[in-house]
Amino acid sequence: MAYQLLVRTATFVVTVVLASVLVFGFMAILPGSAARVSLGVNATPEAIARVEADFGVDRPLPVQYLDWAAGLPTGDFGTSYVTRRVIGPAIVDRLLVTSWLVGASMLVALVIALPLGTLAAVRHQRPSGTVLAGVSQVGVAVPSFLAGLLLIALFAVKLRWLPSGGWTPPARDPVAFLRGLLLPSLALGLVQGSVLARYVRSTVLNIQREDFIRTARSKGLRRWQALVRHGLRNAAIPIVTVLGLQLSVLLVGAVVVERVFTVPGLGSLLLDGVANRDLLLVQGVVMVLVVMILAINWAVDVLYTVLDPRLRARA
Amino acid sequence: MTAGDEDRLVVDGLDVRVGPVGLLHDVGFRLRAGERVGLIGESGSGKSLTALAIMGLLPEGLAASGHVGLAGTDGNLLAAGDARMADLRGRRVSMVFQEPMTALNPLMKAGDQVAEVLAIHARRGGSGGSGRDRDRRALDLLDAVRMHEPDLVRRRYPHQLSGGQRQRVMLAMALANEPDVLICDEPTTALDVTVQAQMLDLIVEGARERDASLLFITHDLAVVATVCDRVLVMYGGRIVEAGPVQQLFTAPRHPYTRGLVASSDLDAVDAAGRLPTIPGVVPAAGTFPSGCVFRTRCERATDACAEPPPWTGQPDDGHACIHPYDDAPATP
Repeated sequence: MAYQLLVRTATFVVTVVLASVLVFGFMAILPGSAARVSLGVNATPEAIARVEADFGVDRPLPVQYLDWAAGLPTGDFGTSYVTRRVIGPAIVDRLLVTSWLVGASMLVALVIALPLGTLAAVRHQRPSGTVLAGVSQVGVAVPSFLAGLLLIALFAVKLRWLPSGGWTPPARDPVAFLRGLLLPSLALGLVQGSVLARYVRSTVLNIQREDFIRTARSKGLRRWQALVRHGLRNAAIPIVTVLGLQLSVLLVGAVVVERVFTVPGLGSLLLDGVANRDLLLVQGVVMVLVVMILAINWAVDVLYTVLDPRLRARA
Repeated sequence: MTAGDEDRLVVDGLDVRVGPVGLLHDVGFRLRAGERVGLIGESGSGKSLTALAIMGLLPEGLAASGHVGLAGTDGNLLAAGDARMADLRGRRVSMVFQEPMTALNPLMKAGDQVAEVLAIHARRGGSGGSGRDRDRRALDLLDAVRMHEPDLVRRRYPHQLSGGQRQRVMLAMALANEPDVLICDEPTTALDVTVQAQMLDLIVEGARERDASLLFITHDLAVVATVCDRVLVMYGGRIVEAGPVQQLFTAPRHPYTRGLVASSDLDAVDAAGRLPTIPGVVPAAGTFPSGCVFRTRCERATDACAEPPPWTGQPDDGHACIHPYDDAPATP
C-alpha cells in the first residue's frame, strides 16, 4: 500500500509540473504585452522597454518560467503588472472563501444524496421511490446559477430571511458567515446533490442484487443489516469516483455562483483578472484551480486503495 | 404431509410465483435427521428457487406460498418475517451457494467473514464470547475444512484465494453454528474437477459430524450418487420423481429421469457415435405446457398427458407420470 501511495504521489507531482508548463505556455503565447496594457496606448517604445525590464518579461521564456514556477511552492505568485501588488496573499484569501463554499456545497449534496438515493433504491418498486427518482431528475436539469437566482428571489427578496449575497469571514461574525454561506451552497449543492442521488440510487440498487449480500443474509443478517455492513463500503467505491468528479465541477461551478452571490472567492478573482487583463493573476488563479483538481484526483486514487484491497496488489 | 418425529425440514405445497407466472408448483418433500437428499434437474427446473424459498431469500418480486416447517420451530417459515428468518439463517439452516467468486464480500478478510456468522448469532443468543474467541473459532473452522495454512488464509481477501479455497470458506461459514439443515446449491459446479471430489468429501463429512440433514442441489448425477441417500428429480418447477439413489438410477420410472440417467452415461453412444440426449430444450419459465410439464419433450406422451398426472407411490418413493417405465433401461 505504501508503494501505491508513492506511485500516486509521484504521478501527482509530475502532473502538477507539466500543468504549470502548460499554464505558463498558454499565457506566454497570448498576443499583447503586459507593459503596453499597463502604460496605455500612448507609451513610447523606450518606456515600454523600461517597464518590460522592470517586470522581467524581456528575459528568455524558460528563465521566466523557472522564476515563476520556483515561487509557486511557497505561495509566491509574483507581482501583478496591473496593480503592482503581490498576488499570493490575494489568491490564498480567495481560495479560503471558495473552499468554504465548495465544502459547504459538497456537504449539502451529500446530506441530500446519501439518504434520498438509498431510500429511492430500497423503495424502487414503490411509489415513494419513483417520486424521489423523479424529483432528482428535475434537480439535475436545473443549472446552478438559475437555482441561485431562484433562491435569491425566494429567500432574500420575497421572504427576506437571508442576505442576497456578500461575504462575512467566519472569524468576524460566525452567524453572518453561515447566513451568507447558506444560499450559495444550496444553489451549488442542490444541483450536485440531485446528480449524486441518482448515482447513489443506481449503486445501491446494484449492490442489493450482489451475491455477497445474499450470502450475508444467509448468515443471519437482516436485509438492512446486510446492506449497511456489507453494502456500504462496496457502494463507496463507485460513489467516491463521482464525488471526485463533482468536487471538480463544484470548483468550476463556484466561479459562476460566486458572481451571482457576489462572494469574493477564487472565481470572482479570476473574472476580475480577466477583465483587467491582469495576466499574471489569471495565470496564478488557473494554476491554483488546476492543482486543486489534481489534488482531488490524487485523493480519490488514494481513497480507492484504502477502500478496495484488490487495488493494493503490486501487480 | 404431517411432520414425523425425525423430520428436520418439511416442505409442503410450495408454490413460487412472479406476478401471474408460476415458477414452482406444489413442491413437497421432507428431510429426516442426518439424511442426505439430492435435488436434481436441468438448469431452469426450479432447484435453486426451491432452496431460496426455504431460506426466505427469494429475489425481489417473487412470492412463495405453501408450507415450510423446521423441527423445533413453530409455524410456517414462509410466513415468518425477516427478523425471525434472520435468526434461523446461519444458525439452524445454512446454505452454500454456487458461485464462490461472487458470494464472498470482496472487501472483507476471509477469517472475518467466518467470524461474522459466529458473532451475529452469539450476539442474538446473548452468549457473548470475545472477538478474539471468535477469531480462534474461525481459525478452527478453516482448519476443519482442511484449508492449508488456515492462519494465512484467514488474513487474505477473497480475490487472493482460489475457487476451491473460497468454497471452503463458504462451507466453514455454513457449518460454523452447527446447523440442523445444510443446503448446498451446486457447490462444486464452478470448481476444477480436481478439487470437486475433496469438496464433496468435506460437505458429506461436515454434515455427518454435525448430524445435519443435507439438501444437495446439482445437475451432476455422478455427484448425487456419491453424496446422497435419496434423490428428488425436478422438472418445470415440479418434483416429477423421488426415490432412493440406487433404485432411481438403475430403474428410473419417469421418462424425464430416464432421459437424465441415459444422457449422463458417457459410454452409451448411438450408431452415429453421438451421446444420448433428451430431445428439445427446457421451456422458458411460464411457458411449460399444461398437464404434464414434460409432455412436449416426452416420447411416451399421449393425449391423456394433457391432464396433470397424479403422484403415484409414497411421498419419498414415487413419480408423477401416467406412462411410467416399469423395467430397468436396456443396457447397450
